[in-house]
Amino acid sequence: MSLRSPVGKALGQGSAKDGVSHWWLQRVTAVALVPLTLWFVFALLGRPSFEHQPVLSWIGEGWTPVGLVLLVLVLCYHSALGVQTVLEDYVHAKPVKIAALLASTFLHALLAVAGTYAVLKIAFQGL
Amino acid sequence: MRARPLSPHLGIYRFMYTMALSIAHRITGIVLSAGLILLVWWLMAAATGPAAYEGAMRVLSHGFVKLLLAGWVFAFAYHLCNGIRHLSWDAGIGLEKHEARRSAWVTVACALVIGGALVFTAFFAKVFA
Repeated sequence: MSLRSPVGKALGQGSAKDGVSHWWLQRVTAVALVPLTLWFVFALLGRPSFEHQPVLSWIGEGWTPVGLVLLVLVLCYHSALGVQTVLEDYVHAKPVKIAALLASTFLHALLAVAGTYAVLKIAFQGL
Repeated sequence: MRARPLSPHLGIYRFMYTMALSIAHRITGIVLSAGLILLVWWLMAAATGPAAYEGAMRVLSHGFVKLLLAGWVFAFAYHLCNGIRHLSWDAGIGLEKHEARRSAWVTVACALVIGGALVFTAFFAKVFA
């Protein structure tokens, strides 16, 4: 039996105010990814050629770079949240867990920046 | 403090196939995250130059990698369909036990049909043909 009060137990366990934000952002990005990924898949299927030049002009034309940057960023955010959940659930050794969470966060940031940079570089080269 | 239960504490539940769909959602999610690395790598190769792009396309058109890509397409189809199932649950729709079991079958059927159609179009009808 513990003599600690309910308040004493709750204090120091973290804020209760933004607990829903991870869950909510997972859903927001999921909803966004339905049209984004479908657009991307059908756009790829519609490509007549995967030679370098035709791919470059497709990436740079009209609204395509906007869609691609959105796709990369939302995918990275959704993936980061999902991988974080899996690591938190299945990796129990604290040092390993923290190292894995850091690695995942950094890798997803790298992917987001690299993907955005690549699309914008191609798009601006075509101007 | 008493040891608290840690996931995955699966031993306490009788197996039901809806559980397989749940864990498959996580597995396909991780598979798709790995695919994200490939997507960004492909975009970077295209942005870097012709030599880098040729190298990337050589890897991507290798038989074994094409098999992986086909797997990723099925993972995408499944994660998409089951993701929509999850979103409908979040909206409060289909939470009854019999509904969740029925939607499990619908999800797997849709994923197989969509995945199969995409793989067929990509590999046999168009892109790499």
